[in-house]
Amino acid sequence: MRATAPGGAPAALRSDLPRDGESPERAAARLAARRGALIALPPIATMTLLFVIPLAIVAVYSFATRGRTGRTVLGDWNIAAYARLGEPLVLEVVGRSLGYAVLTTAICLVIGYPFAYWLTTRPMRVRAVMIVLVMLPFWSNLLVRTYAWRVLLASDGPIPAAFAALGLGELRLLFTPFAVVLGLVYGYLPFMVLPLYAALERLDLRLVEAARDLGASGWEAFRHVTWPLSRPGVVAGSVLVMVPTFGAYVTPELLGGSRTTLVGSFVVRQFLSARDWPFGSALSMAILLLMLVATVVYFRLQEDRA
Amino acid sequence: MSVLTTVRNARRTVRREPEGVQPRGRVARLLSLHGGATFLFLYLPIVVLVVLSFNDSRIVGVWGGATLRWYRELAGEPAIFTALRNSIVVALVSTVVATALGTAAALSLERFRWRGRRAFDGLLFLPVIIPDVTMAVMLLLLFVQLFDVAGALFGLRAGFGLGTITLSHIAFNVAFVAVVVRARLARLDPRLEEAAADLYAGPWRAFRHVTLPLIAPGVAGGALLALTLSLDDVVITSFVSGPGSTTLPVYVFGLIRRGVTPLINAVSVLMLAGSMLLVVISLTLQGRRGGGALRAAVPGRT
Repeated sequence: MRATAPGGAPAALRSDLPRDGESPERAAARLAARRGALIALPPIATMTLLFVIPLAIVAVYSFATRGRTGRTVLGDWNIAAYARLGEPLVLEVVGRSLGYAVLTTAICLVIGYPFAYWLTTRPMRVRAVMIVLVMLPFWSNLLVRTYAWRVLLASDGPIPAAFAALGLGELRLLFTPFAVVLGLVYGYLPFMVLPLYAALERLDLRLVEAARDLGASGWEAFRHVTWPLSRPGVVAGSVLVMVPTFGAYVTPELLGGSRTTLVGSFVVRQFLSARDWPFGSALSMAILLLMLVATVVYFRLQEDRA
Repeated sequence: MSVLTTVRNARRTVRREPEGVQPRGRVARLLSLHGGATFLFLYLPIVVLVVLSFNDSRIVGVWGGATLRWYRELAGEPAIFTALRNSIVVALVSTVVATALGTAAALSLERFRWRGRRAFDGLLFLPVIIPDVTMAVMLLLLFVQLFDVAGALFGLRAGFGLGTITLSHIAFNVAFVAVVVRARLARLDPRLEEAAADLYAGPWRAFRHVTLPLIAPGVAGGALLALTLSLDDVVITSFVSGPGSTTLPVYVFGLIRRGVTPLINAVSVLMLAGSMLLVVISLTLQGRRGGGALRAAVPGRT
């Protein structure tokens, strides 16, 4: 923004005027810097109170000790909670969460990419309606959409009932890994489709046409033109699916069983039933770090390739 | 008509969307089949849930005829209405506050160069990628510590309730609003604001009459996202809610864990209808332009 300081500025605005020997450009930059920091002040204050300080408290708790009654003893500092992260059970839960997250993302990509591509080939009027139809679940309550699968998959629900009616025997779907991944894919598919659609819609089809004119087959044109150009959408969609599925709590709780415990439920258990806050805090820190590293590495890799 | 205009017009007709590159034949049929199946996958569970909510039978898999019985029984459940009221209060307050703060954050990051800008940028990225459970743990410990300090220093007795829930929702919503508004700001020509300044508009007037109207779809999109995230949240809310202060999703989550009942089917259908109504209303408010706010809040659209 330009600093326009009319001659008769009130005293309070005097500091906006160029200082002695200062070029107008520098004065403008100084003013802009001050104004930017001033505007940023309320959100910074809020984020400090509600994010930075809480994060620091969790970090402190992760080095504390669990008292015998479950109350956290602040003072007896140690790294016992972090040492427990290497326990087989913890590794199993974290590994399973990562596996489910990667699997869910891959399935969403395989379903979502051709779907988003198909949407861009629809006539404009139809497409507008279809996009709204994709957005509706995106904006709808995830808990309720997960609940719908609990109803469908329940042992007396429609799907097992249909199987039994067809003489295919008894089908146990609820509380299995299948149900959890299905629920996650269902829940997060719109998060993959919408960024993919945004990327594919912007794609300049003349580039594809040029590739075809130069003798590329349909597959070659896709492989060397469409796919690389749509990669920002792939990256955005993948991150949007992978991050929440890794820490998912509602879906595995409603559709999974004891053998499909994911890291989200595991952390919640440390706080609400096991009352081991230092261990839960150490776990939370580890999850945060893992997600941070994974996202940064993922973005970097994609930048390098582009 | 001059020769030049003719050439220009001819060019314009040539530069249409190329159609020769669209898939044809078997590939096109497969894509359409896949597209139809995906829509079926997205909507079939919802349709089944709606149908079952009118099922006059306690057993989910057995159709006992159509009834409005479950919806009528809902009216006799005061706990649901209390939870609904809590949800609405928390969502509205946290959305208004988070939208103001998030817009300020977006403006300061996108339009100004100041010391600490990069650090703040990085900080705002964290709530977006942080899993709900981690955020829940952080806020739980914050309030526990705050209550301890308040009690020890001032003898204040505070507890978990709607206040802590609202603050928590503000905590995770500011960053999401900022992301959405920033995407809009980035596409905006800064020269428009400079022109306003050159025409002697003060910073506030330039913002009020130039910037704000231009970023309004982004702000509305951010607010809608904040509202939706607030109305959806289960994990964080259940960590920071106190006795008698649950929100609707937390209450329903508790019911679902105990099992599937026709009553939950009815609540679920009403909740779905509520969020879809919200989307339809904002679409209508945006006019026929395909929902600027909705689209603005969809990630990946820069």
